[in-house]
Amino acid sequence: MQYQATVRIEQKAGMLDPEGTTAKRALGQLGYQVSSVKTAKLYEIVLEAESAEIAEQKVDEMCQKLIANPIVHNYTIELKELN
Amino acid sequence: MKIAILQFGGTNCDLDVLHVLKDVVGVDAETVWYKQEDLTGFDGVVVPGGFSYGDYLRAGAIAARTPIMNSVKKLAAEGKPVLGICNGFQILTEARMLEGALTTNEYPKFRCHWTNLRVETVDTPFTSKFRKGEVIRMPIAHMEGQFYAEEKTLAELDENEQVVFRYVDENGKVTDAVNPNGSLENIAGIINTSRNIFGLMPHPERASESILGSDDGVKVFESMADYITENF
Repeated sequence: MQYQATVRIEQKAGMLDPEGTTAKRALGQLGYQVSSVKTAKLYEIVLEAESAEIAEQKVDEMCQKLIANPIVHNYTIELKELN
Repeated sequence: MKIAILQFGGTNCDLDVLHVLKDVVGVDAETVWYKQEDLTGFDGVVVPGGFSYGDYLRAGAIAARTPIMNSVKKLAAEGKPVLGICNGFQILTEARMLEGALTTNEYPKFRCHWTNLRVETVDTPFTSKFRKGEVIRMPIAHMEGQFYAEEKTLAELDENEQVVFRYVDENGKVTDAVNPNGSLENIAGIINTSRNIFGLMPHPERASESILGSDDGVKVFESMADYITENF
């Protein structure tokens, strides 16, 4: 089976998000007063696996080992079956 | 004695470190391309600064997972000294050889200027030539230098005297105004618990000859060389 995992990576609560803060400031300069801006990173990973469970497990491993840094990031995985 | 200076795609401070080690300190050193996975015959490693792999994913993330880093871990397990400067520090944290993480500067700008640093401990192979509490000068040049660690880790770093340098003012005082990147507790450099793996954001190789405005940095390399002579 082919699966597509959408991995969303964001900073842990309480950490600074300098890019979000800068975007919020710039929006203010354009006249948009917003309460907050948070940034996140998205990865779309396509992989072959025997089942959805195995696919999710593999992607979780990838996040732990490379895609995220567990010290500073939280991440979520959304899985969808392709074809 | 021979010290390896690692080169990854995007490393750009390798030759500066080579110059300081060979021409200023006067020890044998060699650059090592990351594909050469064998570090046999080397007594220490410098992971120099730069922008390895374009800082993709996170600064240092890709380089930290190259096979040569397994050889660096092996060499470190023998007690040999490993020094990570700037991107090298980021690589060592990404490789989990040092605690914490280096994230985007609090004000997300590339900061490139001189800093004053306070020497917090001389009980390391990299700072034995300094005096404890001494204020020294080295430049920084980075955008991802904000040192972050969980509270528990931070407390351990303090307790075990693993913080080596802090950003301070000219009088040696820790203030928010002189913190260039939002690092927790103004931390500029830390060492592991075994005290042979050291990472710092400032560039000692850019402050190793008085013609450059400071030669305080050379003591980091001299300390490292002394340690190797005495132990290996």
